[in-house]
Amino acid sequence: MQPVWLPRHGLQHLINVLRDRGHRVVGPQVADGAVVYRDLADASLLPTGWLDHQDGGVYRLHHDPRAGTFDHVVGPHSLKNYLFPARETIEAWSRTPDGWQQTTPTYEPEQLAVIGIRGCDLAALAIQDRVFMGGESIDVRYKARREKLFVVAVNCRRAAATCFCHSMGCGPAAGPGFDIALTEVGDRFAIEAATEAGEAVLADITGRVSLVPLTPDEVASVRHVPETLRETMQARVAEEGKPRPRSLDTEKIRELLFENLTHPRWAEVADRCLSCANCTLVCPTCFCSSVGEVTDLTGDEVSRERQWASCFTLEHSQMHGANARPSTASRYRQWLTHKLAGWIDQFGTSGCTGCGRCITWCPVGIDITEEVAAIRESPASSPPLSPS
Amino acid sequence: MTAPPRRASPPRPCIRTPAPEPLAFGRDAWHHHVTRIVAARDEVAGVRTYDLAFRDPDAAAGYVFAPGQFNMLYLPGIGEAAISISSDPRERAFVGHTVKAVGNVTQALERLGAGDEVVLRGPFGTAWPLEELRGRDVVIVTGGVGLASVRSAIFQIIAARGDYGRVAVLFGAKTPAGLIYTDEYDRWRAAGIEVLLTVDEADSNWTGRVGLVTALFDDLDLSPASSGLICCGPEPMMLAVVKRAGAAGIFPGDTYLSMERNMSCAARLCGLCQFGPEFVCRDGPVFPYDRIARFLEIRHL
Repeated sequence: MQPVWLPRHGLQHLINVLRDRGHRVVGPQVADGAVVYRDLADASLLPTGWLDHQDGGVYRLHHDPRAGTFDHVVGPHSLKNYLFPARETIEAWSRTPDGWQQTTPTYEPEQLAVIGIRGCDLAALAIQDRVFMGGESIDVRYKARREKLFVVAVNCRRAAATCFCHSMGCGPAAGPGFDIALTEVGDRFAIEAATEAGEAVLADITGRVSLVPLTPDEVASVRHVPETLRETMQARVAEEGKPRPRSLDTEKIRELLFENLTHPRWAEVADRCLSCANCTLVCPTCFCSSVGEVTDLTGDEVSRERQWASCFTLEHSQMHGANARPSTASRYRQWLTHKLAGWIDQFGTSGCTGCGRCITWCPVGIDITEEVAAIRESPASSPPLSPS
Repeated sequence: MTAPPRRASPPRPCIRTPAPEPLAFGRDAWHHHVTRIVAARDEVAGVRTYDLAFRDPDAAAGYVFAPGQFNMLYLPGIGEAAISISSDPRERAFVGHTVKAVGNVTQALERLGAGDEVVLRGPFGTAWPLEELRGRDVVIVTGGVGLASVRSAIFQIIAARGDYGRVAVLFGAKTPAGLIYTDEYDRWRAAGIEVLLTVDEADSNWTGRVGLVTALFDDLDLSPASSGLICCGPEPMMLAVVKRAGAAGIFPGDTYLSMERNMSCAARLCGLCQFGPEFVCRDGPVFPYDRIARFLEIRHL
């Protein structure tokens, strides 16, 4: 469908239409000093005029009257928080006179619409789809939620210094994978639908506010918005007194990392790493989990709670009598080599989308791009790795 | 070390923008069956074998496993543990598991007996290469409770004994009291399987070998180039066995190891069992040695 112009006040109509169609609507909002996802009833809660300053271990919001509604980039939340929640009851069991019976209620997830998803997070969504639904055994709860998800994407027109989606092939342009995409231009949004559900939403908005089609010239210039940003990101250079712009060289990165598993850099980064797991919690693709048992006092009613696990904890690799990864160096190496190398063997894609969250939310500012660059600078002479 | 051959698939691009794929129609990772313990017997101190029968006859009829695979055994309210299957794959009445009580699940299991229920998911993982090894000599090397994981392979070899050449079981335990399945060795020997035993520490009745399981290779008359080796035990033991078998002339490509890692889902979803690029639950537990050789060499991988 032809893109159309949605005036800024039309955002409220978008929210209303989504709610009227039965969606729970979630969108970015300023809370606790960050832009986070929350339930969104009112477009005035969107972070219009807010910009985020991000660097290793740094996230600061400041108000700028020139900033649009979506000129902040990514905060600590991603779609993962909704599709793969941090804690979830996956099963219930009851002890009955006839033995153990499963009493898990039928799972009916809500219809969720999320506004403000960027290219990096759409890529992360596709990656988690492969993890949870791409194999012989699948996560049926993830799949049920995924099938009811409505995505309103945003084409970025600004990048933080921590953003490196351009070098991961995941942005800044949004897509594919959205139902509707917004591109902010002046005081309005070019809005286009990519799915039937998206077109139905646009049709419903048409009944409430007039949507003017873009002229061919306007279409071309709107398409150029993320492209311009991509060129800007590629041309970024470090400047004195400013955060270093990030990029990651992915040339033969699987081979680079698996051939450097004993590189001295792992011990060096371990001296800085607190093993706090923040990077895995904010990562939109990290998928590790474990299951705990919760019982009532009699032990007859049991629920099983799946919760996020992190390779930075000892529990992750604990076996009887031995721990597979007892040192911080081994755990950091696991995280980084899995994300950038093992993932390629496992899922045919990198596990990194270049969103930069792991850099920003690391309390000591450890930078995945810097760690890879350090290894690339002085690679070890390990035997070559065969293709995945 | 030479570069190990891996799965024969074309090189994939390192990075690509993930494209949406059609949604898969996989099975629920948590699909399970309730079973009942039909027999529980002590093997040695702290090690028991549990024979589990499915409560649902359809589940029993549909359950097929291959030697080397494992089940997740779940006790509601306690937890779940990965346990290798140790019974005869042709046995339809029950599925056997020999368990050492070392963790909260296995210790709770120890308090159960005949008639008690155990929830089972499985079977999971890769199997011992018994098809590939037809027509060849087979050396089976295990330590401690590792023998449980190859016991079902021994059943299967005996059932098709003529399809294999010489077969030897090399088994080491800490002490003579730690040797499991002792009442079965005569049956294995009667089927033409050499059973060679060693202990780390003898008692006054022990007249056999003392020392590491690798020393048993000295007693073995092998055709190494036509032999396959299957091995299950602690990692340092398996590495020593691989080295000793290599010195004896067995090819790394004919050597298979069963790996162990922490595990929650056993269905490639929880991420806990990763070993380099491998998921031990799906790509293992049985790996050809040369597929994982370069990763086995890395400490704390």
